[in-house]
Amino acid sequence: MTQTVAIPNKLATTMSGDREPRRKSRSSAAAIGDRKGIVWRSIIAIVVAIIMVFPLYWMVVVAFSPRGEAFEPTLRFWPSAWTTENFQRVFELYPVATWFGNSVVIGLFITFLTVVVNLLAGYAFARLRFRGRNVLFLLTLATMMIPVQAIMVAQFRLVSDLGIYGSYWGVILPGAAAAFGIFLARQFFIGIPDEIIEAAKIDGSGQIRIFLQVVLPLSKPLIAVLILLTLMGSWNDFAWPLIALNDNQLFTLPIGLLYLQNQTAPNYNATMALALISVLPMVALFLSFQRYFVQGFARSGIR
Amino acid sequence: MTSLTARGRGSAPLSPRPRAARRASRLRESLIGWGFLAPNLTLMAIFLFLPILWALQLSFQDSRGFGSPEWVGLKNYAKLVSDPVFWQSFGNTIAFTILTVPITMIGGLCLAVLMNSVLPARGVFRTVIVLPMVISGVASGMIAGIIFYQSNGIINKVLSAVGLYPVAWQSDGLPALISVVIVAIWLRIGFNMIIYLAGLQRIEPQLYEAARIDGASRWQQLRSITVPLVGPSTFFLLIMNVIASFQVFDLIFVMTGGGPGNSTSVLVTYAYRNGFQIREQGYGAAIGIVILIITLLFTFVQWKTSRTRDQAG
Repeated sequence: MTQTVAIPNKLATTMSGDREPRRKSRSSAAAIGDRKGIVWRSIIAIVVAIIMVFPLYWMVVVAFSPRGEAFEPTLRFWPSAWTTENFQRVFELYPVATWFGNSVVIGLFITFLTVVVNLLAGYAFARLRFRGRNVLFLLTLATMMIPVQAIMVAQFRLVSDLGIYGSYWGVILPGAAAAFGIFLARQFFIGIPDEIIEAAKIDGSGQIRIFLQVVLPLSKPLIAVLILLTLMGSWNDFAWPLIALNDNQLFTLPIGLLYLQNQTAPNYNATMALALISVLPMVALFLSFQRYFVQGFARSGIR
Repeated sequence: MTSLTARGRGSAPLSPRPRAARRASRLRESLIGWGFLAPNLTLMAIFLFLPILWALQLSFQDSRGFGSPEWVGLKNYAKLVSDPVFWQSFGNTIAFTILTVPITMIGGLCLAVLMNSVLPARGVFRTVIVLPMVISGVASGMIAGIIFYQSNGIINKVLSAVGLYPVAWQSDGLPALISVVIVAIWLRIGFNMIIYLAGLQRIEPQLYEAARIDGASRWQQLRSITVPLVGPSTFFLLIMNVIASFQVFDLIFVMTGGGPGNSTSVLVTYAYRNGFQIREQGYGAAIGIVILIITLLFTFVQWKTSRTRDQAG
């Protein structure tokens, strides 16, 4: 099938963003006013940008400063000397590579499971008719916003009883029960033109075949969004791993960060070094796939 | 009965065979539908519905640690009503919500208007504003902890340098709460901007053109065109922001731990404290149920209105 179907619309138009602002013919006075406006707007934008970037900049500065310098009385916006000692220290004292690996492993498992589950469920809600569909959809919707804190005590006991407390699975399985992707998937699948699916039906394909061979190949933008958002969610997740992991060899990076902070003599430079390590992969992903992230945020209401 | 009426109504009575076939095919489609849903349902049943029921049960029990639980009826809820820290946490949650939500939304709208206007390097600015969304709450909280550090943190050093007094970000309740509010706004304003930007881009440019011809000022245009026409986005954001504020955990846990005293304790951190630090799990579960009910109320409102939003854009 070489149809270049324009389905992703629902997703893609949300953030094509760069629609040229309207600018019709103007009198020269208006044009001058406009130029002045641009200057003002640029100044505001620069100030906002500085505020937004400063915390990240400061993380980098503290991570590369000599120990303790950030809290000396002298006001400085730049390290007196750039050093990598904080990184060496944090790698020496803590199993950082292990934590990083745990974050990767848990993130990949959660992402794989969640995306598969979301795609299947989203397709069922969008395209299949069956008894109980609407009730189930409402139920799924209702669960989406429930914070883990509301049920964490029971969830903790459940995971203990299942014998997966303190293991990867104790983080992965509850993590994969997240529903936000289902809505994203459902919206996307509803947007697929009926003719494509009808044509496949006439060709004699069953629902499963249609899903695998017709729908999925058309859903690459959706799958990309789901993968990125789910990966980000699990990479940054804190509350549940905090409860479900007790062995510091199994910690993910956020829990490792907390562990560092809770040391009796916390080394803030080392903490920032680890924070930087934990943040970089997501920043890199975001900068590479910004469009998908933004579409996903916009459509799913993930904050 | 039903078959009779069905046959009576149908213009061409169907012979039983195709009907059976149709029923079979409908059954098959139902089976496939349930099959597609099965993994999701299984996970939700085990890791959401079961814990919800269990939490409900726990909330009627007195269970410290792993001792055998004792059924105490509504005692946990009664305790909750008379627990000053619960009410303080409740009040803090509301204060946090009231402080974060309007600022984030107004700020988000202003930034969206800015990003929707003629501006050099718009893409770069937009990226920078959205960037904090991918930073984890824990990392943000730790960075903020260093920036807001009371003795010689960068903010207090700057305040002293320009002749102001340093602020007691850690030892004073209100500044502590404000510091968390600021970080939450920093994390979320990008999301608000994205949603508003999408809303703005659906407004017909001709409307502004017409308003300008009528001599409307920029402020009047904003008030009479932009704000009403992004109404659906505003409502959506209101719900999302309120829910997010209601559930703020990572930031508070990392930045203040609920302190000083209980002055930044919120419902979710208080539930965690009871469930896992004091280990009064029955009581923690009861607080969880309260959070659950409040969340479901908001979700219900959102669901009730999501259709209008989808229609409007």
